[in-house]
Amino acid sequence: MPPPFAFLRIRSRVLASTMITTLDRSSRAAARGLSDISIRNLFIIPTILFLIVFNIFPLIYSLGYSFTDFRASTNAPANFVGLQNYRDLLNDPYVWSNFAITAKYVIVSVVGQLLVGFGVAMLLNRDIPLKGLITTLLLLPMMLSMAVVGLFWKLLYDPSWGVINYALGLGNFEWLADPKMALYAVALTDIWMWSPFVMLLSLAGLSAVPKHLYEAAAIDRAGPFYTFFRITLPLVAPILMIAVIFRTMEAFKTFDLAYILTSQPTAELISIRLYKMAFQEWQTGRSCAMAYIVLIMVLAITNIYVKYLNKVKER
Amino acid sequence: MRKLVTSVLAGVGLALACGTSVHAQEKSLTIFWAEWDPANYLQELGNEYEKETGVKITVETTPWSDFQTKAFTEFNAHGDAYDLVVGDSQWLGAGSTGGHYVDLTDFFNKYNLKEVMAPATVKYYAEYPGNSGKYWAIPLEGDAVGWSYRKDWFEDPKEKEAFKAKYGYDLDVPKDFKALRDIAEFFYRPDQKKYGIAIYTDNSYDAMAMGFENALFSYGGELGDYSTYKVDGIVNSDKAVAALDAYKELYKFTPPGWAKSFFVEDNQAITENLAAMSMNYFAFFPSLINESSNPNAKNTGFFANPPGPNGDQFAALGGQGISIVSYSQKQDEAMKFLEWFIKDDTQKKWAALGGYTCSAAVLKSPEFQSATPYNKAFYETMFKVKDFWAVPEYAELLQQLNQRVYPYMIGGSGTAKETLDALAADWNATFKKYGRVK
Repeated sequence: MPPPFAFLRIRSRVLASTMITTLDRSSRAAARGLSDISIRNLFIIPTILFLIVFNIFPLIYSLGYSFTDFRASTNAPANFVGLQNYRDLLNDPYVWSNFAITAKYVIVSVVGQLLVGFGVAMLLNRDIPLKGLITTLLLLPMMLSMAVVGLFWKLLYDPSWGVINYALGLGNFEWLADPKMALYAVALTDIWMWSPFVMLLSLAGLSAVPKHLYEAAAIDRAGPFYTFFRITLPLVAPILMIAVIFRTMEAFKTFDLAYILTSQPTAELISIRLYKMAFQEWQTGRSCAMAYIVLIMVLAITNIYVKYLNKVKER
Repeated sequence: MRKLVTSVLAGVGLALACGTSVHAQEKSLTIFWAEWDPANYLQELGNEYEKETGVKITVETTPWSDFQTKAFTEFNAHGDAYDLVVGDSQWLGAGSTGGHYVDLTDFFNKYNLKEVMAPATVKYYAEYPGNSGKYWAIPLEGDAVGWSYRKDWFEDPKEKEAFKAKYGYDLDVPKDFKALRDIAEFFYRPDQKKYGIAIYTDNSYDAMAMGFENALFSYGGELGDYSTYKVDGIVNSDKAVAALDAYKELYKFTPPGWAKSFFVEDNQAITENLAAMSMNYFAFFPSLINESSNPNAKNTGFFANPPGPNGDQFAALGGQGISIVSYSQKQDEAMKFLEWFIKDDTQKKWAALGGYTCSAAVLKSPEFQSATPYNKAFYETMFKVKDFWAVPEYAELLQQLNQRVYPYMIGGSGTAKETLDALAADWNATFKKYGRVK
């Protein structure tokens, strides 16, 4: 006696094989002589293997190291020290200071990018001449490399010959040498570089808002503020949240820009501390633990954002 | 058949390629160093070696900021990309105890290099631990921190008169740290875009430490006791506190934005008419006497680090020794290169090319001392140098110094005494962590 629902299994197999045959025969890949299995073998499996070898394996391996006193600069074996590295790091006032600096940087930088990026998108979301060209030009900063931007802005900030002080009439104002100003100078550079990214996403969101909603609001004599807060912002909010998620993660990881621009301890972001610990001091075990602390923090922040994004979408 | 022919040809090609590469490997050596002029001079010297022996020398370089990271990444991977490395003096501890350097004690003793090379270079570039009689490198590039200055500014009669009227003594090369400070103050004229002095302030690696050491050692201070690892009462002694205050005082007279400056910026201070005096390693001085890189070349003079208030005169040591990498497959060939390198003739050639020889005989020779405007100051300095800790954990100590000294120097936070007390506590904790003190 055949097992219950066996006919269903047989039907599904037939259906699947028909689909594969159909796909193989009809797809362009099949026309070139590549079957789905070949595509899997040629592209998907190598990609997964690449990810396992270069991402997953080091991730797990470094987790193991984070519980040891391993130093890559010596030939001494790694000794298991339990949670000692995590305890030391969480009790280290320098590390907390680095986290506080990073948090301040992320807030200033992301809020700045949101305001500038969204503001420019609002300006561009109307019929203006040469709109395409202007949009393309505004996107240029984010296409440059971080190192180039860092070196370029280092010159702009220079107190002796920098254009910024000259343009603003600030004399010899020291942007990068002033401990209180250095972090904001780095954040300002980041805002200049990445506001176009927020602008691009915002522009996509703004152009997707149905025009009839604005027409209805105009008929009801709604003011610009009311229209903005009741129509524009709620409808663009989900895409803005995506921009915030991306930019927060990136700002949290910022290294090159701050490293090139300034030496100020008041601008030493957590990634710079991590780099020094791992590659200048060669405290490999400890730096692995620190990397995990940073990873957990980024995941936690991203999770909060994603939950909020889902709430916004549900409205 | 076609497939068979293709396979055979591919096989022959591969065999030839491998054969050529093995042959080339046997006849070549790779030396790793930082990207700067002396590395080019070493390449030229290597070309001479190739002419004599047929062994090709390649000096591979990387920017200073990556030098330590790249070298140790290769060591940690036990890679044989480099046969020899011209490592920083602070690396000796990490290089030797980490098993990355070949023990050169027998080589050192065989050729009596303790006598052949200048004593300071043997002590700081080759021996680890201190006074152990174990050697891990051959002194290659002697270097120390010295000073360049604008002769035309110093010799201007109006400036001389004004200086004498203000300070009561003649404007000349500074005789001590007080004069250094006075001259820096005298030439500090922001309204004319002229400034007194250019010093090291960058805290990414060892620039800040080297700059501070110049003041510390001349004030009679020390970083600690290198044999017992005692630091409390030494690095925060009264002399050390006075030295830190003196170094911070100089920062007041630097050009604006001088908070991340190292050798490039300090040379620019002279070439761009920014400062009257500039601190730098002697190895960076050749470009200051070259008119194509320094429009003020004819008006640039040099002097050794001046004495402190009690007459002590020392300078921070730079420079490097050359070591054989223990993972190299060509250690015998590398040893032959070192045998050639330490010969008197080679040392003379090295000095003539622009390298700072560590050979005591060449350093003392009148030819060497008169070869450039700064060689005499270099010779004087090389017998009065002191260095940073060379223990394997030196990078942590350096980082702690940067974390403590920089905020005081540049940000003005706390006092010199508080800064150095905190540094002593940090270093003590680090030495405890590594079991050097109880």
